[in-house]
Amino acid sequence: MDWSVFLQKAPSGGMTYLGWLASGTMWTLLVSIFAWVIAFTLGSILGVLRTTPLRIPRAIATAYVEVFRNVPLLVQMFLWYFVMPEVVPESLGNWLKQDLPNLVDLPFAQFSMWEFTAAVICLGMYTASRVAEQVRAGIQSLPRGQTNAGLAMGFTLPQVYKFVLLPMAYRLIIPPMTSEFLTIFKNSSTALTIGVIELTAQSRQISEYTFKTFEAFTAATLIYIVITLTVIYAMRFLEGRLAVPGFISQAGGGH
Amino acid sequence: MDFDWAIIAKNKQVLWDGMKLSLQLFGIALAGGIFFGTLLAMARLSSWKILSMPATGFVNLIRSIPFIMAIFWFYFLTPMLVQKMTGQQGEAVGPMTSAIVAFIMVESAYYSEIIRAGIQSIPRGQPWAAYALGMNYWQAMGHVVLPQAFRNMTPIMLTQAIILFQDTSLVYVVGLKDFLGAASKGGQLSGRIVELYIFVALVYFVICFGASWLVKRLNERIAVIR
Repeated sequence: MDWSVFLQKAPSGGMTYLGWLASGTMWTLLVSIFAWVIAFTLGSILGVLRTTPLRIPRAIATAYVEVFRNVPLLVQMFLWYFVMPEVVPESLGNWLKQDLPNLVDLPFAQFSMWEFTAAVICLGMYTASRVAEQVRAGIQSLPRGQTNAGLAMGFTLPQVYKFVLLPMAYRLIIPPMTSEFLTIFKNSSTALTIGVIELTAQSRQISEYTFKTFEAFTAATLIYIVITLTVIYAMRFLEGRLAVPGFISQAGGGH
Repeated sequence: MDFDWAIIAKNKQVLWDGMKLSLQLFGIALAGGIFFGTLLAMARLSSWKILSMPATGFVNLIRSIPFIMAIFWFYFLTPMLVQKMTGQQGEAVGPMTSAIVAFIMVESAYYSEIIRAGIQSIPRGQPWAAYALGMNYWQAMGHVVLPQAFRNMTPIMLTQAIILFQDTSLVYVVGLKDFLGAASKGGQLSGRIVELYIFVALVYFVICFGASWLVKRLNERIAVIR
């Protein structure tokens, strides 16, 4: 084994292989975080809609969840990246494919804004269906009396959600939401299939350039583990801080 | 753009072969995942640290890296291990073998978590009663704990099976021609990738939606029996 390989200068781009890993980690995180913003926002809206008494919005939200849960993520990735530009008006499609600026334009890694955007939209919309289910479960786990009490006090339905249900539900679903974020983080590696040179792709690239496959994969694996653990501990801390006394007894926070 | 749906009929054979590969991988990974997942779960719950620690480490490791990363790992490791075991140089290990190993390993880690929860849902008194009746560990597990645990876990195991079926499409990254890979190949040859990808998405949707509907029905029936 030869770990010094990471300090070697890569053949092009003037970076060390450690720099490649850092660049891969950065793109993994950027894809994950942007996708999470979409997943969290859209997922919250859909999850709320699934619990409302409004029939048509509820049906739309349910249909969304079923569609996005029952098509493999990789297939969705290809639909966004390859199919979408072909079915929109031609000028828009060409703009997406050709005219968007390059985000990374180095000899060892090129991809444009379009690859990045497609990956973010795909991961975000896919994970939104999962987040929606968590939000719905969180809201439905609250006693019915809370809604009724809110309405009886003269709140409108949106106010009941805003002041009564969601503040409780979001605290309850911190653990499953943490795992959803970690799912996005891990699933971001599927972006490599459309050309985003993220961490997994970068580690494979290092292995191809240096033949130090074991070292390259170990390094990427360690980075994934460190980030996963960091997220878990940060969220546990947050969960303790946000715990409602007497209601959420785990995480050592509460009462 | 104008669609040419005839391309799907033209690629009928390729797509069907791809689907067969997907189903084959699914079947093997499911059986292997449940089998080794059960052993892993038993190891994790063992009071012997020498069993529980490596099992816990393996499961946590696999669960914290992307599926694709795990596929790359086993794609790299399997030929080396096979060579070590058989002692033969240049033994050709095809991508399918590596993919099968990767999927069994990853799925056994995922299934072991489900099975562990299932085993833990059985009251402690039951294995104790089994031991009191003179059963040994394997008898208590095989005749008392696991049958009940598997019954409790059936719905979630089936849901995981649907996820596994979707995940088989990830073998695309090592160039295997599964259902998605076949469509991709056929699309590149004919320049009609749009129709084929839409078709693939529809087929996956119909299969997975149908399967989840059946699981939901089964859930309701199990709930009624109890």
